Amino acid sequence: MRIADKFQELSEKGALIVYLMAGDPSPGLTKNIVKALEEGGADMIELGLPFSDPIADGPTIQAASERALKAGMNPDDYFGIIKEIREDADIPLICLTYYNLVLHRGIGRFMRDCVESGINGIIIPDLPIEEARQTISEANKNDVDFIPLIAPTSTEDRMRVISSAAHGFIYLVSLLGVTGARKELSVAVKDMVDKVRRAAKREVPIAVGFGLSSPGHVRDVIRAGADGAIVGSALVDIIAQNKDNEEKMLREIRDFVAQLKEGTIID
Amino acid sequence: MYVNNYPKEGKFERYGGQFVPEVLMSALEELDSAYTTFRDDPEFRRELDVYLRDFAGRPTPLFFARQLSRKLGVKVYLKREDLVHGGAHKLNNTLGQALLAKRMNKERVIAETGAGQHGVATAIAAVAFGLKPEIYMGVEDMERQRLNVFRMKLLGAKVHPVKSGSKTLKDAINEALRDWVTNVKTTYYLLGSVVGPHPYPMIVRDFQRIIGKETKKQILEKEGRLPDALIACVGGGSNAIGMFYDFLDDGVSMYGIEAGGEGVETGRHASPLVAGGEGVLHGALSYVLQDGYGQISTTHSISAGLDYPGVGPEHSFLKIKKRVKYDCITDDEALDAFKLLTETEGIMPALESAHAVAYACKLAEAEKMSKDQIIVINLSGRGDKDVMIVAEKTGLKI
Repeated sequence: MRIADKFQELSEKGALIVYLMAGDPSPGLTKNIVKALEEGGADMIELGLPFSDPIADGPTIQAASERALKAGMNPDDYFGIIKEIREDADIPLICLTYYNLVLHRGIGRFMRDCVESGINGIIIPDLPIEEARQTISEANKNDVDFIPLIAPTSTEDRMRVISSAAHGFIYLVSLLGVTGARKELSVAVKDMVDKVRRAAKREVPIAVGFGLSSPGHVRDVIRAGADGAIVGSALVDIIAQNKDNEEKMLREIRDFVAQLKEGTIID
Repeated sequence: MYVNNYPKEGKFERYGGQFVPEVLMSALEELDSAYTTFRDDPEFRRELDVYLRDFAGRPTPLFFARQLSRKLGVKVYLKREDLVHGGAHKLNNTLGQALLAKRMNKERVIAETGAGQHGVATAIAAVAFGLKPEIYMGVEDMERQRLNVFRMKLLGAKVHPVKSGSKTLKDAINEALRDWVTNVKTTYYLLGSVVGPHPYPMIVRDFQRIIGKETKKQILEKEGRLPDALIACVGGGSNAIGMFYDFLDDGVSMYGIEAGGEGVETGRHASPLVAGGEGVLHGALSYVLQDGYGQISTTHSISAGLDYPGVGPEHSFLKIKKRVKYDCITDDEALDAFKLLTETEGIMPALESAHAVAYACKLAEAEKMSKDQIIVINLSGRGDKDVMIVAEKTGLKI
């Protein structure tokens, strides 16, 4: 299912977008974790492809990258795992990685691998819009949604340019900082969502991420007018804490995602 | 033809750019516009010049190394950046950027450091201009450069140990970038080399250009002509670009010397220009050391200041233009050169600069240079910080 179709299907409900580092704690577990995320009620899944130097990530996802790399995760195996997941999952899958892995594989080849394995969208946190021309054109050519990021420091002009290049959704970074679970959310989420909405010349969904760690956060973000809420590090924490007990890990993931999902339903 | 005073769209042809999280884009724009304003501001220049002269000790001498010249059969001059306050060329840049930070009303400055020289130079400049410095340093580098860690602390800097990845310079930059992403509104990131996203490679180069400018004037005074060869070591490449830049259109041969570690063929080295490929690291497209998937490699060098898998984008540009020849020197060769310069001239070079000295010996022989030809070596730093390593590697106890 395409990302746009998923937003349409949810209609007034917010989308719960969850993040998982592929290959963490081992490549063999990724498919089962994806299944648990889906069963818990996730609407879309971001699958991280680990990079050696993840400058936009906090300690939680850095550690997940290191675990995945140590377990042998690489782009070839990544696309192989996506293919396996696709065999019995219809949920939108989004690749999240750093630019050097895309560049090194060849931008065109990377996008072809995405679409052939079943990836629907791509997020590259160290590729700002100025440097993204070729990546966007290859993504568009291959029907992979290019999902750009907007930050609290983005000017209105930048918001306009970025949103006009967006496909799937806009990833709105809710705070100044790196990824990682926070206790409190920025109070300015509503302002930011409104600002992006005004700046965007066309209708494109907005999903808010960075720091979200509880059903309350998800609810706040959806109440603030976002179309989706993204939760990453809090889930990665569950995986890290239970990496030797698969059954417990999958159960806790399912339960936690179910709670998060309730946060997307606003009365 | 090789000069890019203001690189178009932040690039030296294809190299450079701004590959950073969106959060930082407005900060880079703010920095670019502040720098563009102040680079030509007479008041800013005057204040910086006073500090460079009376505080840093510029101009540094261009020393004719008589004994070494006799030994190599070629005239060897040493540009004495080791005499700059703090012990290395790094202060040229930190004074400039600290003054810029002050003009931008940023009180908190952060920096990364490898060998500790940039950390020390940042701390010194921060004291001079009343700023609060915090330095990121890999724990492996903290271990091998304990003296510099202590100097930074004495100067009032907070030193953050970096335990991620390879625990060296690369990871210290990652951590500094993460700090900047978080505290971007209040914090100035004082980068120490010609790496990172635009405008850093340009800013750091401009503040280091004084090395080459002085050298040109001095060699013309002493010899009445330009040198035949310039040699400088290259980690990120700031001392090298500072020496080379004002000679780029002059037809002088130039050699940038990377860390060959245990030998390029062993894979344990830090020579991206010699043995790497194109990639994006720390915000710029340049030469990097990476594996078959684009994961950044861990590096090895006896010299912490050269132990880095990337290099400044302008060096990549000068490499493909074939304007500068890039080569490398192994750990052992650098150690020999450290001893050679110490014994022949009474000057202990930093292990980084010893790579350039070692190459001069090789070049004089390989090119069969005559005693009328002139080599200028950029002696980027002094070797006091390295005596423990030299002792350990040569099996001596202090």
